[in-house]
Amino acid sequence: MFKKILLSVMLVAGFGSAATAKPGAIEDVEFSFEGPFGRFDAFQLQRGLQVFTESCADCHGLQYLSYRNLADEGGLGWTEDQMKAYTGQFEVFDAENDKLRTAIPTDRFPSSQFEGAPDLTLITKARAGFSGPNGLGINQLLKGMGGPEYVVAFLNGFVEAPECTPENFGGTYNTVFAPGAYPNECLDENDKRTIPGSWVGMPQILFGEDVEFSDGSPNDIHNQAMDVAAFLMWTAEPKMTDRKKAAGVWVVFLTFLTVLLYLTNKKIWAKVKRKA
Amino acid sequence: MWIWGIVLVFTLVMQIVTGVILAMHYNVGDPFASVEHIMRNVNGGWALRYMHANGASLFFIAVYMHIFRGLYYGSYKSPREVTWIIGMLIYVAMMATGFLGYVLPWGQMSFWGATVITGLFGAIPGVGESIQTWLLGGPSVSLATLNRFFSLHYLLPFVIVGLVALHIWAFHTTGNSNPAGVEVRRGSKEEVEKDTLPFWPYFVMKDLFALAVILIVFAVVVGFLPTYLGHPDNYIPANPLVTPAHIVPEWYYLPFYAILRAFTDDVWAVQLVSILTGGIVTAKFFGVLAMFAAIFVMALVPWLDTSKVKSGRYRPAFRFFFWLLAADFMFLMWLGAMPAEEPYASLSLLGTAYWFGYFLIILPLLGVFERPKAPPETIEEDFDSHYPPKPAE
Repeated sequence: MFKKILLSVMLVAGFGSAATAKPGAIEDVEFSFEGPFGRFDAFQLQRGLQVFTESCADCHGLQYLSYRNLADEGGLGWTEDQMKAYTGQFEVFDAENDKLRTAIPTDRFPSSQFEGAPDLTLITKARAGFSGPNGLGINQLLKGMGGPEYVVAFLNGFVEAPECTPENFGGTYNTVFAPGAYPNECLDENDKRTIPGSWVGMPQILFGEDVEFSDGSPNDIHNQAMDVAAFLMWTAEPKMTDRKKAAGVWVVFLTFLTVLLYLTNKKIWAKVKRKA
Repeated sequence: MWIWGIVLVFTLVMQIVTGVILAMHYNVGDPFASVEHIMRNVNGGWALRYMHANGASLFFIAVYMHIFRGLYYGSYKSPREVTWIIGMLIYVAMMATGFLGYVLPWGQMSFWGATVITGLFGAIPGVGESIQTWLLGGPSVSLATLNRFFSLHYLLPFVIVGLVALHIWAFHTTGNSNPAGVEVRRGSKEEVEKDTLPFWPYFVMKDLFALAVILIVFAVVVGFLPTYLGHPDNYIPANPLVTPAHIVPEWYYLPFYAILRAFTDDVWAVQLVSILTGGIVTAKFFGVLAMFAAIFVMALVPWLDTSKVKSGRYRPAFRFFFWLLAADFMFLMWLGAMPAEEPYASLSLLGTAYWFGYFLIILPLLGVFERPKAPPETIEEDFDSHYPPKPAE
């Protein structure tokens, strides 16, 4: 209830339709895969795949991901059959036989269908949500690089274009997208930008309730964005669970080794240092 | 502080082993995709690649600790000048290898980093452009460039192995330096034994213990923060048509990158040199010269430091300037990552001035004017002052 009141107050105050935090700022979203013990939430990845398939795949590709990866351990938690059922829905172009055929698990996802739409396999590693303060890298250390957070903020960042926008200016205004087109009308007298973000080629895609989740999970815009961001973190770093498990073993083993070496070293030197 | 040598040897071996295996799966014809192939489809490929990429950072942390230890304790002084010079050659070879390696993933930073760095050679008056074309194998960075960089990235580590062998040989001739900065007495076998301890087991165990501690930190970085030291833009495939907003080198080059960028057209020294040379030395070329000179003055330090006392432990005034130099190094590193605009440009100039001032003015004068404390006569005496013999004995 309180949230709704706050939301309407913010709307009235002119924060735009997507009432996130300060425009242009990237919020630290809590994901299940953060931290040394964090793991992907298989159900969230499944929902994210659904959002990707229904909303993103028309333009964007996942060219480094194979269909078989969907049944990999530490990922979506799908069985071989579930993966094959999903794969069977798609057709890929077979260059050897020069014709379309049904996709098989060893096929890759298609690359981007639309020129200018970046491939999304690695997007969460190619974008940074956090930096600073003052280029010291402390925020990245504490919060992570912020790739998935950037994706969430981006998908939530489509708000009404500011007043300074000239008519017929191409693209869609987004509060966090930095490298896009930017009209001179929105610069101040010192050529400094007066509003955050810039204009991106794609239109707003997620509005809330764009997909229907079979498990009844909330499908408002923020949750959909989080789910697809988590899925894209997995596509970028599918071995993350393996890596963290292995690193745990390395650290425990090395700590044990360090203790043994410390004691050995102390004993050897004790006599020399006249402590024995 | 004498443990970094073993860390460096370990890292060199680790880089070569992981690198040779990575090279089995890397494809110069389709570099970006083949790196993703390594990350996804090669067994343990993610571990090899993250170890190799972060191993470069470990290598440079270790080498900077090693160099600054040498600067503090005067390890470069007679009779170890040769060791120091070889060490500097290793450092330069490491910088080259690291740069070449960073180009291989063929992301945006790889591509534009290569463009900027090879552009430095283009700044050489007269022959620069020809040298640049020769390095690139064409008019701009392309797969032809990548092919030769890959070849050189594979070659240079073995040059480093050779140099490391010479480096170790050199200090085996003179003996290790030590924190007291006093040479081992060599009058008789008894004297030597009083001043030294056998390498096995004393120093082997000490080094292994230190190595294990450092490897814990390394495992945490590789396992939990593998992309922290990298740049997100390098996960965008190289695109000659799109220039990244900020082209930033890896952290270990940043101090020298700051020195390179410090010299712009409006600096009086640049203008003066430009006029004196009839415009041959441009601001860009001046910056390139300054960057190489910054490393060169470090190589000359055995002759620039005029003090008879080796160890900074007994030189209070030197210590002040030394720590200022260490702070200056960190300061320049930070400035190197900042955009090329005020106030960073002026601050870079200030940091650069101190870097050269330390080596060219402060060190030579300090040896003349400073009054050092008396160092111990022998290593034995120094050791006894730290670990006094038991009264009963």
